[in-house]
Amino acid sequence: MSLQICDLHARIVERPILRGISLEIRAGETHAIMGPNGSGKSTLAKVLSGHPDYEVTQGSVSLDGVPLLDREPDERARMGLFLAFQYPCEIPGVSIANFLRAAAQARLPEGESLSVTEFYQKLYHEMDALGMQRQFSSRSLNAGFSGGEKKRAEVLQLAMLRPRYGILDETDSGLDIDALKVVANGVNRLRGPEVGFLIITHYQRLLDYITPDFVHVMVAGRIVQSGGPELALELERRGYGSLEERYGSPNLSPLAETGV
Amino acid sequence: MTEQPDAAGTNLLQLDRNLGDFHYDVKYAYDAGTGLSEQTVDYICDAKGDPEWLREFRKRALAIFLREPLPTHWASKQLEEIDFSQIRYYLAHGQRAGRTWEEVPDEVKRTFERLGVPEQERKFLAGVEAQFDSEAAYSNMKDALRDQGVIFVGSTEGLHKHPEIFRKWFGKVIPPGDNKFAALNSAVFSGGSFIYVPPGLKVSHPLQAYFRINAESFGQFERTLIIADEGSEVTYMEGCTAPRFDSATLHSAVVELVALPGAKIQYITVQNWSPNVFNLVTKRGMAMENAEIRWIDCNIGSRLTMKYPAVILRGRKARGEVLSIALANNGQHQDTGAKMIHLADETTSNIVAKSISIGAGRSSYRGQVTIPRHLKGCKNNTECDALLINTTSRTDTYPAITLRGNQSAVQHEASVSKISAEQVFYMQQRGLPESEAMSLSVNGFINDLVREFPMEYSVELKRLIDLEMEGSVG
Repeated sequence: MSLQICDLHARIVERPILRGISLEIRAGETHAIMGPNGSGKSTLAKVLSGHPDYEVTQGSVSLDGVPLLDREPDERARMGLFLAFQYPCEIPGVSIANFLRAAAQARLPEGESLSVTEFYQKLYHEMDALGMQRQFSSRSLNAGFSGGEKKRAEVLQLAMLRPRYGILDETDSGLDIDALKVVANGVNRLRGPEVGFLIITHYQRLLDYITPDFVHVMVAGRIVQSGGPELALELERRGYGSLEERYGSPNLSPLAETGV
Repeated sequence: MTEQPDAAGTNLLQLDRNLGDFHYDVKYAYDAGTGLSEQTVDYICDAKGDPEWLREFRKRALAIFLREPLPTHWASKQLEEIDFSQIRYYLAHGQRAGRTWEEVPDEVKRTFERLGVPEQERKFLAGVEAQFDSEAAYSNMKDALRDQGVIFVGSTEGLHKHPEIFRKWFGKVIPPGDNKFAALNSAVFSGGSFIYVPPGLKVSHPLQAYFRINAESFGQFERTLIIADEGSEVTYMEGCTAPRFDSATLHSAVVELVALPGAKIQYITVQNWSPNVFNLVTKRGMAMENAEIRWIDCNIGSRLTMKYPAVILRGRKARGEVLSIALANNGQHQDTGAKMIHLADETTSNIVAKSISIGAGRSSYRGQVTIPRHLKGCKNNTECDALLINTTSRTDTYPAITLRGNQSAVQHEASVSKISAEQVFYMQQRGLPESEAMSLSVNGFINDLVREFPMEYSVELKRLIDLEMEGSVG
């Protein structure tokens, strides 16, 4: 049981961003990917979830043995892949509760309908556990939310949809320490032998609250170094400078990146 | 719990176009044939036993209709496609409207059962009138309301039995010369509701009319007159469907509302016409001192709808409101809007119009707000928002706000938006297929207006919008 990424290459328009990523996230494991701005971390999250702007040029991804890349984004989600967005979209007029109901309904087999009572029981249970006010669920999803509220909404969705593999794309960016704890608490509650996490972050800060099993460093579209949690601390001390010098930086011309 | 309880499973309005797309062969006792002349009007008067004053009224209106050209401003060329000589103007069973469903002819009863009307009546309505082509087939109201003096009957029964109230207001809010289609309605009208609510009485449950076109090439010309006496309150809802025929069908109603001092009238329309119905309707209310008139209008379907509900704010502190949702799909043009005519101090009006254009559908908003120079303390707020689903979709906004003097305030906001690819991707990432993501966005767009509909309607509205959204993506 794993989310397996093999030699993944992807580009946006003509610009290659991912240049051969291989990574296996087994159920029960939490991996962190760190790296400088522009190294392709967020692109990896988007490519895995099927964002239409990116084109995969090489490699494969499978989720528990099932090939992922030829599936629509919604199919991937229903297979158990969840992405907590760096910049969640506003959906005016659609309440968090109604949105989650629609998402839960979409996971049921054709012809079966969601028990509304059970849904609300579960929703309120999760909200209580995350320390959220119940009226939060009747607000329009992300509409006019502060940065912290948006991330809380992402964590609530994560808790309700219970993915097999959860990806957090810089969920910590712009959060104060309280919001950061809500996010970390949300993830830690779900960690267990059945679930894998991929945490994408620029800073070590989030990893103080979510201790990863593995840390990978991404530079210029490749994973250049892997290790345990101690690697994150080391990076925090040393910075990304020396790694960028050694493995290339995104500031190089696209031609140089393709190696022409 | 702040969420609306779930009413799935109940299918109260049967708004699904496909469910409404059926018709039975019906033998009509009265048939005025095709085409329109003085003889047609006489035939209708004789069939209905109209009094002489009404025969004269109809003939004057016919003369206006024949004299007036088709409207050229505010109108589309599509109006020229209507062939008035091919329309059947009056079709009826020749039977009084039943007070119980047992009295309704079988094939007519079957139609309304299929549309769910008797079921709705049992569940949440205070009274129902069900019109089949030209005449009401069923008309009933809760006994308690009848005992309190509420009148809820068809227009013919209203003018026969309550001439003293009927004649006082009939044709006063919308005179036959108002526009060509109001003249046409005045000449050949049949059916529609007459409602009178006595002073101080607040009718808690809605009264509903259901308008059904069953015959091909038919013109439905119902006429509704609602009078809310001082301090009374009433909500009226109308639903409309027609089967899908090859030839065009014409629906041209006139609705007049009179809210006497302190009264409140709420008029809710959910129309779901099949795509070859020309829907050209004149709706106007007059609000006296401290009275309030709200039009809540949802236009789905039809080939061309032209409808601009209006409120004449005649008394001090009168309030007028139009909340409107229009959805234009391929081959459809929803030309809708609102008019607010301020004629007294401290009158306020509010217009919120939202339109959705799908495929090559076109929606237009037209507004007219008039506040003359001598008035003080009047306010108008106009908001129109358009949502375009496809690159071929079209929307236009033509607001005309005339504010003279500087003692009143108006505010106007308009927006046009598209559902962004990022929004759709975000929702897909949560497991919703693309079409569901689009539907959800559209429902979100109109959500604040849908809340204004009674819950039984709002659930159906959402379902209907989902149906309209099918096949709009990809």
